[in-house]
Amino acid sequence: MSNDLINVSIWRGGEDGEYQTYQVPRLESQTVLDVVTYIQRELDPSLSYRFACRVGVCGSCAMTVNGKARWTCRTHVSKVAEGGQLTLDPLNSMPRVKDLVVDMETFFNKWADAKGSFKGDKTRDDALAYISPDDPKRKISSAGIECIGCGACYATCDVIKWNPDYLGPAALNRAWTLVNDERDVTGLERLAAVAGDNGCLGCHSQQGCVERCPKSLNPTGAIAGLKRETIKAVLKGKLS
Amino acid sequence: MKNIHNHPNYWAFIMHRLSGLALAAFLPVHLYVLGLALADSSAFDDFISWSNTPLLKFLETGLVVFLSAHLTGGVRLLALEFLEWRDWQNSMVALSCGISICAGLVFFLNAT
Amino acid sequence: MSASALRIETYLWLAQRVSALILVICITVHIATMIIAVQGGLSSEEIIARIGGSKIWLSFYLVFVSSVAVHAPIGLKSIMREMSQIPTNRIDLLSILFSLIIGVLGIRAAFGLYGLGGA
Repeated sequence: MSNDLINVSIWRGGEDGEYQTYQVPRLESQTVLDVVTYIQRELDPSLSYRFACRVGVCGSCAMTVNGKARWTCRTHVSKVAEGGQLTLDPLNSMPRVKDLVVDMETFFNKWADAKGSFKGDKTRDDALAYISPDDPKRKISSAGIECIGCGACYATCDVIKWNPDYLGPAALNRAWTLVNDERDVTGLERLAAVAGDNGCLGCHSQQGCVERCPKSLNPTGAIAGLKRETIKAVLKGKLS
Repeated sequence: MKNIHNHPNYWAFIMHRLSGLALAAFLPVHLYVLGLALADSSAFDDFISWSNTPLLKFLETGLVVFLSAHLTGGVRLLALEFLEWRDWQNSMVALSCGISICAGLVFFLNAT
Repeated sequence: MSASALRIETYLWLAQRVSALILVICITVHIATMIIAVQGGLSSEEIIARIGGSKIWLSFYLVFVSSVAVHAPIGLKSIMREMSQIPTNRIDLLSILFSLIIGVLGIRAAFGLYGLGGA
């Protein structure tokens, strides 16, 4: 194969489908998203994929690149295309819609199930809460807050493949940031939502999520925190 | 590496699951034979001398490695789950691996 | 999920961790004993002289066996749920059965060894 071309195999179709192969010119500093965009614009306009920001903020362009879930806008071809070959699949563990697009509804519904939204009890007339950046709980919360919801962790997690009701690393990580947010008032309701085998206790600390998170977050660590807090709450009889 | 499972913490998970299964399968046999042999002291002696053969020693070494791997891997999991997250906890995969192999070696060298 | 199901799941998870902590001590002792005892080959006299009639060893093995009877079935339950097609109620039954087998065989062996020595 010439060094000037990349051989790209892309999954075409939904749950049923097949790989289609394209030859794409190799450019300097080219990202995987650049490659997909080139194919869609120059070779095959029927190719479906998602992207928005192109700079690693929105979390919409994650795909399976040569077997691993990655954010494609910030993944350089030079880093992943072994022998000039790229194989692109939609993310695992989510229903396939078409080509590289998956249905993320269940993924995001689980964030809601894990009580992943902030609920305060202050109004605009109240004074701002003063929380020092050095506050230990604030630090724990800040460590997990940069999640962009790309789904790479979810697509990598074995527990979700075994138990489709498992909430998954992203939703549980989100819940842990809010458990540590002093302004939030959801409290025990959230702990009850993330307890049990479908919640934090389902995690086996395989840490595929930690390996694959493009933002270098630590969902396994967050889930371990939830395990300790829910256990404490159950032992004190607060979750019954 | 193409496989999403190719990282130390996943190997540790596989090792924990396999060793746990192997120990769970061995345990009833171990306890049953021990109980049988105890009912009859000559049978107990026969059993002990049978367990001193080289092949058995080799298999026992495997069990010692599995047992210590499950032990050290378990300590690692307890540390991950109950202590605050620290990066050294991930080095425990290597430590756990090393201790298990050492325990097996010590047992094997003592046994032969 | 119902609060009681949640409590059961949580207590089982915790029971597995607490039994694991006890087993850390038991297995360390067990491995050390094995390594020492296997020197120069095992002999029944040696084993009986060490364990027979000893209340300390008897209690040790009873604690050991009970912890295993708690620890192992919970692990098997998770493996069966995740990696087999066995229905949940049958998995629970199999796990309880396994726990009973380990418990009965283990207690029998521990008392058997105890009874062989001493006076």
